[in-house]
Order: sequence, then C-alpha cells, then structure tokens
Amino acid sequence: MEQIRAIWRYGIKVGIIGGIVLVLMALIGMIEVFTQRQVIADIISMGHALYLAAGLFICYMAAKRTTPAKPLWIISNSIFAGLTTAFFLVLLIILGRNVNLRMMFINASDLLLNNLLTFGVEGNSGILLLLYVGMFTGLITGCFYLLPKIVRTVILWSLAGSAFAGVLQELIRPILTNNFPDAISEWLLTSDGLTMRGALSIFIFIALAIISWSIKGAGIKQGWQGLPKKQQSTWRTIGTIILLAIILVAPWRLGLFMSEVMTIVGLYVLLGLGLNIVVGYAGLLDLGYVAFFAIGAYVTALITSPEIMNLNWSLWAAIPFAIFFGILAGVLLGVPVLKMRGDYLAIATMGFGEIIRLLVLSDALRPFLGGSQGIGKIAKAQVLGFVFKGPQEIYYLIIAGCILVIFVSWRLKDSRIGRAWKAMREDEDVAQAMGINLVSNKLLAFGTGAGFAALSGVIFGSKIGSIYPHSFNIMVSINIVCLIIFGGIGSIPGVIVGAAALIGLPELLREFAEYRFLVYGIALVVMMLIRPEGLWPEEAHKRELHKGNAKEAPG
Amino acid sequence: MAVDGLDIEIEEKTIHSVIGPNGAGKTTFFNCITGFYKPEAGEIFLENHSLVGLMPDRIVRLGIARTYQNIRLFPDLTAIENVLVGMHAHLKSSYLGIILNTPFVKREEQEAEDEANRLLKFVNLETKANMLSKHLPYGDQRRLEIARALATRPKLLCLDEPTAGMNSGETQAMCDFIQSLRDDLGITIMLIEHQMRVVMGISEIITVLDYGKKLAEGTPDEIKRNPKVIEAYLGQGSAAQSH
Repeated sequence: MEQIRAIWRYGIKVGIIGGIVLVLMALIGMIEVFTQRQVIADIISMGHALYLAAGLFICYMAAKRTTPAKPLWIISNSIFAGLTTAFFLVLLIILGRNVNLRMMFINASDLLLNNLLTFGVEGNSGILLLLYVGMFTGLITGCFYLLPKIVRTVILWSLAGSAFAGVLQELIRPILTNNFPDAISEWLLTSDGLTMRGALSIFIFIALAIISWSIKGAGIKQGWQGLPKKQQSTWRTIGTIILLAIILVAPWRLGLFMSEVMTIVGLYVLLGLGLNIVVGYAGLLDLGYVAFFAIGAYVTALITSPEIMNLNWSLWAAIPFAIFFGILAGVLLGVPVLKMRGDYLAIATMGFGEIIRLLVLSDALRPFLGGSQGIGKIAKAQVLGFVFKGPQEIYYLIIAGCILVIFVSWRLKDSRIGRAWKAMREDEDVAQAMGINLVSNKLLAFGTGAGFAALSGVIFGSKIGSIYPHSFNIMVSINIVCLIIFGGIGSIPGVIVGAAALIGLPELLREFAEYRFLVYGIALVVMMLIRPEGLWPEEAHKRELHKGNAKEAPG
Repeated sequence: MAVDGLDIEIEEKTIHSVIGPNGAGKTTFFNCITGFYKPEAGEIFLENHSLVGLMPDRIVRLGIARTYQNIRLFPDLTAIENVLVGMHAHLKSSYLGIILNTPFVKREEQEAEDEANRLLKFVNLETKANMLSKHLPYGDQRRLEIARALATRPKLLCLDEPTAGMNSGETQAMCDFIQSLRDDLGITIMLIEHQMRVVMGISEIITVLDYGKKLAEGTPDEIKRNPKVIEAYLGQGSAAQSH
C-alpha cells in the first residue's frame, strides 16, 4: 500500500507548492510583463520561458524527492507534479472567468488568464492544452531525471546558456555587431530575441564546450600545476594584461548603454568594497553606509558647483576634500557606536544614514545644501582638455577608483590590521585580550570604508551632474549589504560578482525593475539555502590552495 | 560578590594553581587580573605596574596572557592566523606602510610568520597551520589556544582548566606541556584546574578558594593535609573528579 502511494504522493505534495508559486507569479504580473521580451523570436517569450522553467523545476524536485527511487515511481511522481501544478492554474483561469479578480489583483488581466497562461490558445481547449503541457513537462522531466549525471549537466547548462543569451540580448548585440562580422549577429539574433538556429547553435556550442572540458579539463589542470612557478606567473601576468586591455577598450566596443550599466556596477563595486571592510572584515554591520556616499557627493557638489558656494573648483581638487570629510564622518559615527554590537549597531548606523538624508533634505539647511532641489552643475573631471563627461569616459574614472580600492583592500586584508579586524569580527572580547585596541581598529575600519564610499560619491556626483537627497535613501545601503552577502562576505572578487549580478542584471533587464526586490529576496533566500558562503567566497580560495590540509578536516 | 578580600602573591617562574569548588570565584579572579572585570576595591600588580582599571589590551601588552575554560579561538581564521593575531601587539606596521608595502612591513610580516610557525611547531601543529581553527580536533584547539597566548610573549600565563574534557593520556601530555612552558620558556604559570591529579602533580604552590575567599595556600603536600581544605573541597573531591 505504502509503495503504491509513493506513485503519486510526492508529486502531489510538490505540485501543490509549485501550483501556488506559479499562481502567485501570474497574479503579481510577472509572467505578463516578461512576455514582452522574446527569448527566441516568435517562438518563446521570457515570460513563457520562466513559466516553463518553473514547471520543470517543480517536476524535477518531485522526481528528486521520490522514494523508492525507481524509474516508474519517479516518472509518475513527476507527471503528477506537473498535472497538479497545471490544475492550480486551471483553477485560477476558471475563477478568473467567473469572478472579477482585478478587484484585488490588478494584474489578473483577461489576456493573462485566457491567452498567456494557456500558451495563446483561448477557451476550453486552452485549459486542455495547459493540462497536457503539465503532463508532458512532468513526463519529460521524469525521463530527464533518469539520465546519467553528465548528460543532465550538459543539457541543463546548455539550455540555461541559450535562455541567458536570449534574455541578455542587449548585452550580446553590441558585442557582436561592434566586434564581429555582421553575419554572426544575423545568424544568431533578430531584432527581438534569438533566432531558432541561433538558439540551437548556442546550445550545441555550450554542450560541446562542457563535454570537451570534462574530457580534457583534468589534464589541462594537471598540466598547469606541472608548470614551473616562474612560467605560471608569466602566464598570469599575460592574462592580467589581456584582461586589463579588454576592460580598457570595453566601453567603446560595447556602446553607450552597456557603458552606462558598467559605470553603475562600478560605483557599487566601490561602495561594496568599502562596506566589505566594515562588514566583511571587521564584522560591524553598518546600515547607514549610504551617508558617506552622500557626504562625498555633497562635498563635491559644494566645492565644484557654481550654485550655493560658488567656488567652481575642479573635480580633482574636490576629491581629497570629499574623502577627508567622508573619513571624518566615518570616525565621528564610529565614536558613539563603539560599544554597540550586532543588531544594536545596525539600528544605530541606520539612524545615522537617515539623519544625513534628512539633513540634506531639510528646509533649514536649504541655503547651504539645496534642500529637495539638490545641487546642480557639478564639475566634470578634465585632464589636458579631455573631459570625462559621458558614461564611456566616466567609466575610466570608475575603473581607476576600483583599481585603487581593490589594491588597498587587498593589501590590508592579510596585514596586521586586517587580521585585527577579522579577529574582532570573530570574537571581540578575545581580540581585545590578544592586545588589539578595539577603539582604534574599529575607527580605522569605519574610516576606511567611509573613505571608499566618499570616493564613490565624488564620481557619482560628477557622473549625474546634479544630486538630490532622494538618491541617498536607505535602499542604497541595503542593496550594498545584499550584494556583499550574495557575492561572499569578506571576499574582494565576491563584491565584484555580487555587484554584477544584483546591480548589473536588473539594469539589463528593465522588466525586472518592478520585481527587483522580490527577485533580491528570492535570490538571497535561495543563496542562503544552497550556497550560504556566497557566489565567490574567500574561504573556497583557501580550500583550493590547501586542498591537502582541508581533507583532514572532520567538519 | 564572587571574589572578596583575596590576597595572592605569585612567585616568578612558578606553577601556581588556583583550586576550589564550583562557583568559588576562580574564573572571576582570572577575569579581574586580565581586565575583563574591574574590581570594586583592591589592587593588582604585575611587577610594579598597577593593573586595576586598565583595558584587557593594555594588560596583555604588559605581559599577562590567558586561555579560556570553553575554548575561544577565532573559528574562521586559520591556525597560523590565530597565532599571528596574538602577535598583534608586538607588530608595528602602520596603516600607510601596509598599503605601500614598505620593506619594513615586508620584513616584519616575514619575521612574524616565522615566529608563528615556530610557535605552531612548539605545540605540534606545524602541519595544520593553514587549517581553519574550527576544523581542528579538540586537543589541537586547546594547544593552539596556548600557542596564541604565547604569541603575546607573556610573563604570566593564566590557563583556565586546560585539561577539561581530556582523557588521561591527553591530560598527561598537557601536564608535560605546561611544565615545559615553564622550564623551557621561563613563563610563570597560573592554573585553574579541577582534576586533583593534575594540580597535585605539577604545581609548586596551590591556593584554595571557597566562596570568593582564600581558604588555604601552600605546597601540594600542605594542602593535602590541611583540615579546612579537606572539609570544604576534597570532601567533595570524588564527586568533582567523576564529572
């Protein structure tokens, strides 16, 4: 009896959860908004791709949970999961026909319910089609689950790669059109989405890459380790130079839009690296970090703008002042919160961030800080007649800033001061008992982080030309904390990866803007569940470097 | 009041144990010496320096280091990093020097690393230098904590139940190790311990605390024969040992 129940119970359990998730996704309008973007032109839109991907994932989870793990059981559970999920959607459609759902869910449009959810087929045949699709999704996923692992990996990554390429056309198109013969972009892309042959080519390309790496990869790695130290470092230098060259020509090869995206990501990398020192190294959760960003930007505005103070200095003159005031503010904030830890510190610093924002917004200080009107006409940087005005030029300022900040973080990380910070993060009392002066080391961390943020503020101010208080709200601080956690707390490459993923991707996918924080939330929860150490953690580095030692570890 | 009217003098280069029933105020006494607690009244001197009112980081610079009853390493740092943190007070690299990586900083880091490796070797952990300390087995963690305390170059080392949770073989090894700290490095040792065998075996002087007051003080033989001690402490000794 128990055995027979196993044929459907896991499928239905998972299917209920999946059904609810998909109904919610439809009701908040995600699917409808995303159908406006084509992944493969005229064949599948991003909304439908997401819709199907969610279905596949649900069926896969059902297959994975099935015990006993026999083929028949797995496939039937997978089918049941697909059917249950589809059933929930059918319920939604029927409900939508009889009740006006828009009273509560403004996104539950007729188009969504009677066309998009049923893959463009209207009426009762659409409902039937939906059930069929649910069943087939289950069947395909069940069979897929039974394939050997390598085949699954290849198919999964190749599919994900094609989908990604379709979704990120804005990124790919300028790369192709500016750097390669037109034939390639014509082969791969239409004006809206991939071509079918393009999607297939990408699929095959990635599949071949994975297969050949799995055959040759180990040999290549061994060959690399076999190389003498000196040769390794030569190759590394060559690699770095090539990488730098790519970074330097990137804005001109990728066009205006991508340069804009990269400058935004770059600003967040600067901010993230600064907060990484405070949160990642010293373990001081600072939620008012945006204040230092604001101070950098406002000091720059006051010094360079003809408005208010009418100093009209150059941007270069403003940089040291902005950084000085940023560090000063960091230290001044640090003093009152020295004795606070954890949650208390987070709340106190959050208050500080809000105080700064309210100060620049206040009418009382309007003659000095511009109030809600902000300050305009902030100077652009100039070198020998070359003006850093558009995103493609500002990009270089940001790259220079990033290199400086990465360099400083990297030097500090494994130094006497960096170790003191990490010790404070791990156990403040013991750190003190080891001779670490908590006051000076905490203030150093706050000051360093604040200085990086102020530098970011200078470039931000110069980039957008005029600043307003609402650019410096608490969401900026929270975004930075999120990207640090996402990338891997305390890790320098982690900050870069985190900024690219959490700041860059939403910029490329404008449709996401509305669901940005929903996606953040989901991404963080999923991340904490499956990879709590972050995308590119610091520790993995260590484990890589000292594999022999790590194996002895029991934990 | 956990400790009251306590008067202890510790001779240089001795192994001096502090014993007493649970709640006698032994750890509180340690916390007062190392600056975690500030005594309401009274004086503490190391050589001629008064320690009362100093922060823990000042006290450790003057030469008192400690370990903890429940091991308190920096779990996400490697073994060698833990030891290097202990050396913090003796390193002089400045912020700017570190960023510019001046020759002085380079040399100092190299020397610090060498010394840390020496200390790890001294506690038999040289092969595990790059393991995260939370991944080390229990006995290794105890020894690493001592190595970290030694890295602060103490004159007086306060060990809070260093053999807690060890079997008899490990306990014996720890006793030998503590003795070698004094004999080879010339460090004065103050020891809180529950296991009578350890205390009687390695201490030169024993102070017995009860309810925060000094009950008795003397050599192990004197303590063993002291009727007050037998009544207050050794009477429950068998119970204390078996736990």
